[in-house]
Amino acid sequence: MSESVVIVGNGMAGSRLAGELHARGGDRKVTVLGAEPHRAYNRIMLSTLLAGKIGEPDVELAEAAGQGVDLRTGVTVTAIDRATGTVHTDDGDRIAYDHLVLATGSQAVVPPLPGLDGPGLPERVVPFRTLDDCRRILAVAGGARSALVLGGGLLGLEAARGLAARGLDVGVVHPVPYLMERQLDPAGAAVLAGTLAGLGVTTHLAVSATAVVADADGVRLDLADGRSLTADLLVLSCGVRPDTALARAAGLAVERGVLVDDRLRTSDPRISAIGDCVQHDGNLTGLVAPAWAQARVVAQVLTGEDPQARYRPRPVVTRLKAAGIDLAAMGDPGDGGAGEELTFADPSRGTYARLRIHDERLTAAILLGDNPAVGTVIQLFDRGQPVPADRRSLLLGRAFGATAGAPAATPALMPDAATVCQCNNVSKGTLVSCWRSGARTVDAVVAATRAGTGCGSCRDAVAGIVGWLSEVDSVEVAR
Amino acid sequence: MTLREEAGRVAVLPRQFPTNRGGLCQKGWTAAELLDHPDRLTTPLLRDPASGELRPASWDAALDRIVTGIGAVQSGHGRDAVAVFGGGGLTNEKAYALGKFARVALRTKHIDYNGRFCMSSAAAAGMRAFGVDRGLPFPLADLGRADTLLLVGANPAETMPPLVRWLTEQRERGGRLIVVDPRVTATARQADLHLQPLPGTDLAVANALLHIALTEGWVDRDYVAARTTGFEAVRRGVAGWWPARAEALSGVPVADLEATARALGTAERVIILTARGAEQHAKGVDTVTGFVNLALALGLPGRPGSGYGCLTGQGNGQGGREHGQKADQLPGYRKIDDPVAREHVAGVWGVPADELPGPGVPAYQLLDSLGTPAGPKALLVFGSNPVVSAPRAARIEGRLRDLDLLVVADFLLSETAALADVVLPTAQWAEEDGTMTNLEGRVLRRHALRPPPAGVRTDLAILADLTTRLRTLGRAPSYTESDKKVPFLTPLQGGADASDPRVVFAELRRASAGGIADYGGVSWERIDERDGVFWPCPTEDGPDTPRLFADRFATPDGRARFHPVEHRPAAEEVCAEYPLHFTTGRVLAQYQSGTQTRRVAALRRAAPDAFVELHPDLGARLGVGDGEPVRVVSRRGEFCAPARLSTAIRPDTVFAPFHWGGAARANSVTNDAVDPVSGMPEFKICAVRLERVD
Repeated sequence: MSESVVIVGNGMAGSRLAGELHARGGDRKVTVLGAEPHRAYNRIMLSTLLAGKIGEPDVELAEAAGQGVDLRTGVTVTAIDRATGTVHTDDGDRIAYDHLVLATGSQAVVPPLPGLDGPGLPERVVPFRTLDDCRRILAVAGGARSALVLGGGLLGLEAARGLAARGLDVGVVHPVPYLMERQLDPAGAAVLAGTLAGLGVTTHLAVSATAVVADADGVRLDLADGRSLTADLLVLSCGVRPDTALARAAGLAVERGVLVDDRLRTSDPRISAIGDCVQHDGNLTGLVAPAWAQARVVAQVLTGEDPQARYRPRPVVTRLKAAGIDLAAMGDPGDGGAGEELTFADPSRGTYARLRIHDERLTAAILLGDNPAVGTVIQLFDRGQPVPADRRSLLLGRAFGATAGAPAATPALMPDAATVCQCNNVSKGTLVSCWRSGARTVDAVVAATRAGTGCGSCRDAVAGIVGWLSEVDSVEVAR
Repeated sequence: MTLREEAGRVAVLPRQFPTNRGGLCQKGWTAAELLDHPDRLTTPLLRDPASGELRPASWDAALDRIVTGIGAVQSGHGRDAVAVFGGGGLTNEKAYALGKFARVALRTKHIDYNGRFCMSSAAAAGMRAFGVDRGLPFPLADLGRADTLLLVGANPAETMPPLVRWLTEQRERGGRLIVVDPRVTATARQADLHLQPLPGTDLAVANALLHIALTEGWVDRDYVAARTTGFEAVRRGVAGWWPARAEALSGVPVADLEATARALGTAERVIILTARGAEQHAKGVDTVTGFVNLALALGLPGRPGSGYGCLTGQGNGQGGREHGQKADQLPGYRKIDDPVAREHVAGVWGVPADELPGPGVPAYQLLDSLGTPAGPKALLVFGSNPVVSAPRAARIEGRLRDLDLLVVADFLLSETAALADVVLPTAQWAEEDGTMTNLEGRVLRRHALRPPPAGVRTDLAILADLTTRLRTLGRAPSYTESDKKVPFLTPLQGGADASDPRVVFAELRRASAGGIADYGGVSWERIDERDGVFWPCPTEDGPDTPRLFADRFATPDGRARFHPVEHRPAAEEVCAEYPLHFTTGRVLAQYQSGTQTRRVAALRRAAPDAFVELHPDLGARLGVGDGEPVRVVSRRGEFCAPARLSTAIRPDTVFAPFHWGGAARANSVTNDAVDPVSGMPEFKICAVRLERVD
């Protein structure tokens, strides 16, 4: 009998695992149970959907399909019976597993504020987490002129950016004195706030919300400093909480998330967990890259492709990229320990860079705005590779220190050995000799030396040298 | 080019032609030097069993040795124990005759060629997307008028300098040139935007570009609906390739990916070209497909002035892959496992279709099986030097040494010829007539200026003579009964001289007629009357086809096909022991395995030695200074060459040109992992370490 793998969750982690298992072949049966009614979709693209640039089908992800894969969406798992190795679903089904994988994700945190404490949220108050959340926001935003976002972390700013792109006036309320405090430093966050202001996003920092008052016409957010902000829509982005209810009820070891080891096994060896619901080595992730790395490890172990595969967390890079915003942050910016620090700031153009280097390796970086070396910095950090000897290239990229031979201001300054025509390997000295042998026009010099007869891109340089020779040659000859 | 004979020497003159517009690089200018080169072979060579040395021999002795050897091998091990290896530099006539020689005279399934190392990934990707593989489906001149031109893994400023004239024109007209290359090449320096990805990540870049095009609304939905199939699966696949993911993998900043996608997605005339940098990978077909998907999503193929194409790597890289040198192919780009194709070609050849061999195996697999218990015991090589050009070359060199019989036809003693039991001296380009097909699918003429030197024969004459001698052998008792019944040898055409390229071309026309690459209406006269003839050209009176895909693609339903493709890691990833990426390529003044160009004085002056290009930071870490020797070591072998320190390369990557043999042979370290579809080896990335040579 073939092995049966049941995956609870069809989000980015669960659907990825199904794909990883399917790609490795074999005759195991893979059942994916997704509580959301949709196909698997890319959560990262939701802010683009919010901005109105794409439609819902555009966020769909490739799904494992075909023989051996049973994908059921709109089905919620209600219980795990570990004794019999079955899961129970809300449509009354019982599904047996040889191995169970929890990919239940996380849920948006609703802050404990007056006005949000009822059963269900008011119509104009929506968290920003799922495709359905996105639909609700868009339904309200359709007739809206303004929006508030509670929470100035990465997701909150993505939502704010998306809504601003729709033309809404957006205010972000953040209880900490600066935005994205887990990833940024105050100076960088200030540059980011300036960039956001230019995009129609106002920030209200270092102030908590105290109450929400919502009705059919709008929503009012009361702040601790006594102010009240009003808008047509309030988006909650106050963090997420691993969805551990199923695991907890089944008696698995759970702290903030479902506890897993390096093979992603829970306290029950027949059950693994991956993605946002997981607590590995004391850490929650909440990001796609680790979830996909975990899915790969589980697939390698379950299929026997690499029974020794282990999940090794990689350093996290936070990336916020939308029209007008380009932010990359990695490592702990608060790290003020030993080592070097590189900085560059051009706040009026929205550019800020701060990199920390220890033992020739990057330990942290904040890059905001136009940083041509951002791709290099991310790779060096991610792979722990040594930084360039010329540190400036980390700030300025190729723009600095490019070796492309800048043409000499005048042919007189060009060394005789300098190659003018690469295609035919003709030096300046050869052109000069040719001139002295009697060739007096560009065509004659070209015919005799073949300079410029290949790709043709040195023809101007050849003409310049011939022109220069015709002016100075009498002097040269006299010498 | 045109040629003139002056005082017994051949002089090269540039020719104003629509592709090169009079441009020639140094290799073209100096090409005639090899005609009268002192190293030129002018007599057959036979290995003397006593001394083990190659000794001059008569043609009769050489050909008899070959035929006897083939007979012994085939009678002992079957027909497939003899293999043929061709080259992308052979004329169409020779490529055709070689394929026919293998299938009809030798009756072996084993024939493949060095184009497998060159164009095979782009060819396979083109076939599965468009139903046809023609390097450029439009004239080269379209490049000059492109608003945006994307070159992926192409360095024409060094590998095809006359083409740069079109790039110059393109930029003078205000077009944008974007180059994707891990190195800051001479071509990349001319670009408006240079993306410098980690080797082996081009496919991630392609998928991210399409992701951006989707999110920005630049996909031509009408075109996709009307002219393609399979988009939905691709759309869902690239949804998983948000730009920041590709950035972390490739090192190309998101902003540069966005700028590239914008330049491609918002301009009117847009051309995307790939070359070996994207193609010579174990995922080369998928990488090319990624860029084809992008082109299709943007509605480029078939749109005037727009499209996807690939740049050819060898003189007859296009024609050489159309007429039967490939293991799975019959003339006219027919498939050897297609019953209708077999029937047609067998009819032209006058043999029963069921007597034609089936598909053989791709080049590397073939070379790697030589001399093994199950592999061929004899190999005939025409126009190729695998000892230098094959991946994991030391292993292939060993395989060649294990053969019972190695025959090499060449005009110089290449590294492969030096291992041969029999070396046959052949004619050069200026000494024989024929046709070549360039990257535009334009069939061109090669005119003989003078006869070959005394003692030298053309490849066609060699094949014709061998065929005759084999026919005699075929009646010998050493052959099995079933072999004797088969009329396995027929003259090319009604007793006409099979060594005459005009006769061979006439038969090629008939054999290709009705195929994908249809030469039915191409005559030498027609080529000479105009600037070449673009295939398909079915009839002498009808038009040729400078532009493909205006109305339909060459698929059964006329629609182009999307294929979802996923990035996957290189076959060999870096690790603590081999921490650097290694990639290979060409330099301007050398060509292929260097057999020819290393013997031209002017080219030797321009590019005298192999080198290892590395970043100064890496040099400093290793204690290697500019010009100092450095050893490159992989799991498969090592080579040694002077270091060339350059900021043009990423510090995590090392480059070396592959034109040299011996101790400086870059292919000693390259990876022999191959693409599952095309059989292309992974020349462009493997893991190495560098060692100082003290």
